[in-house]
Amino acid sequence: MNLFDILGPVMVGPSSSHTAGAVRIGNLALKLLQERPVKADIVLHGSFATTGNGHGTDRALIAGLLGMQPDDMRIPDSFQLAEEQGLDYTFTNKTLKDAHPNTAVLTLTGENGKTMEVQAASIGGGRVEIHKLDGVDAFFSAEKPTLIIYNLDRCGSVSDVASVLSLNHINIANMHLYRSKKGGFAVMVIEMDQGISKYAVQLLEGLDGIQKVVYLNTEE
Amino acid sequence: MAFEALQDIISACEQMKKAFWEVVLEDDMTEREVSKENSMAQMRYTWNAMLQSASGYDRTLQSKSGLVGGDGAKMEDYYREKGTESLCGEYVDSVIAGALQMGESNACMKRIVAAPTAGACGVLPAVLVPYFQKRRCPEERILEALYVAAGIGQVIATRASISGAAGGCQAEIGSASAMAAGALVHLQGGDMQQIIQAAGIALKNLLGLVCDPVAGLVEVPCVKRNVIGAVNAMSSADMAMAGITSRIPPDQVIDAMKEIGDRMDVSFRETAQGGLAGTAAGMEIAERVLGRQ
Repeated sequence: MNLFDILGPVMVGPSSSHTAGAVRIGNLALKLLQERPVKADIVLHGSFATTGNGHGTDRALIAGLLGMQPDDMRIPDSFQLAEEQGLDYTFTNKTLKDAHPNTAVLTLTGENGKTMEVQAASIGGGRVEIHKLDGVDAFFSAEKPTLIIYNLDRCGSVSDVASVLSLNHINIANMHLYRSKKGGFAVMVIEMDQGISKYAVQLLEGLDGIQKVVYLNTEE
Repeated sequence: MAFEALQDIISACEQMKKAFWEVVLEDDMTEREVSKENSMAQMRYTWNAMLQSASGYDRTLQSKSGLVGGDGAKMEDYYREKGTESLCGEYVDSVIAGALQMGESNACMKRIVAAPTAGACGVLPAVLVPYFQKRRCPEERILEALYVAAGIGQVIATRASISGAAGGCQAEIGSASAMAAGALVHLQGGDMQQIIQAAGIALKNLLGLVCDPVAGLVEVPCVKRNVIGAVNAMSSADMAMAGITSRIPPDQVIDAMKEIGDRMDVSFRETAQGGLAGTAAGMEIAERVLGRQ
């Protein structure tokens, strides 16, 4: 842990896992959707379901979806802000199979009709992990610059993506492949040592068989 | 790479002929690849956030569950009225009030600095803010003390844990108290041995403390535990300044904390099942609070 993980984060209370982590989950889901959400149906599991209300987990998730960071003083008022900004939301408590105790599943619709389902967990100290995207397993923390690439499950996709990255002098730290079923849709999660340019993202989007490219960089 | 032992920080100090806080600062510069100015600016931001939360206390606030709020105000009124007549005296009473207020602000969704966790966020500011304001200590010295605190916290996190779910309250309030004790020794002009002795004594005094939050909320007993963390830090720092040492070397105290945490039953590790959470009153509160959802 770095020094400012010990003295920090600066955050709205009361809990780094149930409040700060929940804001981060909402924020990551917003970035994954790539547009302003107008509807969010949120399922809370485990400790998020039982103690989430007292920890402000619900308000924290909505705050994240509205683009707030964990130190934003408006987090307690996020329900009202959501109403003003036209975000409809529902919360349901549900026990999920094999999920981390602090898990939320966010089903989102954006202003231009994009949809996204994100399952994420708050793993302590405000750190979070994405566990599923649109029902497909996909593990990443987005602590490093990360590319999430939706593609058709066919041969050549990985090598096409890897060559674009290598031509742009990007070193891959970790790469994982996930798919719904053979020949169905697949998700590539690539964690990189460096950030990547808009231009490189556009090149990736233009590749054959690539359906969607999401680029997350929490440093930017 | 963070230090794995307090003794390693001491060795680095001796080797580099530098103060405890400088060695921690340099480690941060190497670890995060930042300049001295950049690291100090981040520390100043952290300190200012602590000061802001301390001054932003709202005496009318109640947490959503209704379990906490207003005690920090009561304590403040008490010491303003009693002055030096109270048992602890005005200065220590202001530390107690500061710890309660920060814990309450956290429970009421105000902005705080997790140090090392949100549940223990009251300990460091409770001892540092009065030191800064009442003793007219320069900001630079406080920033140095925060590096001392963070260095101690990093070793505890690396060697044991700072999470209540992993190690019980000893890992949260105990760690915060050890960090604060070391910071106070630095402010009082103690040397690096006295810094780690104070940290060792403070942690030792809180070994075995379980994490038993009523209804799973960071409220009861967490808010008042910040007080014991802060006051224990002061008495441990004074003992170290008097030349008293921990008979068990501080790094071994941290190892003992880890062992106790590892063997602590899961009902005492933030699951809201055992201890105070499991009492008849605790269960009744949980039913009322959780039933409200």
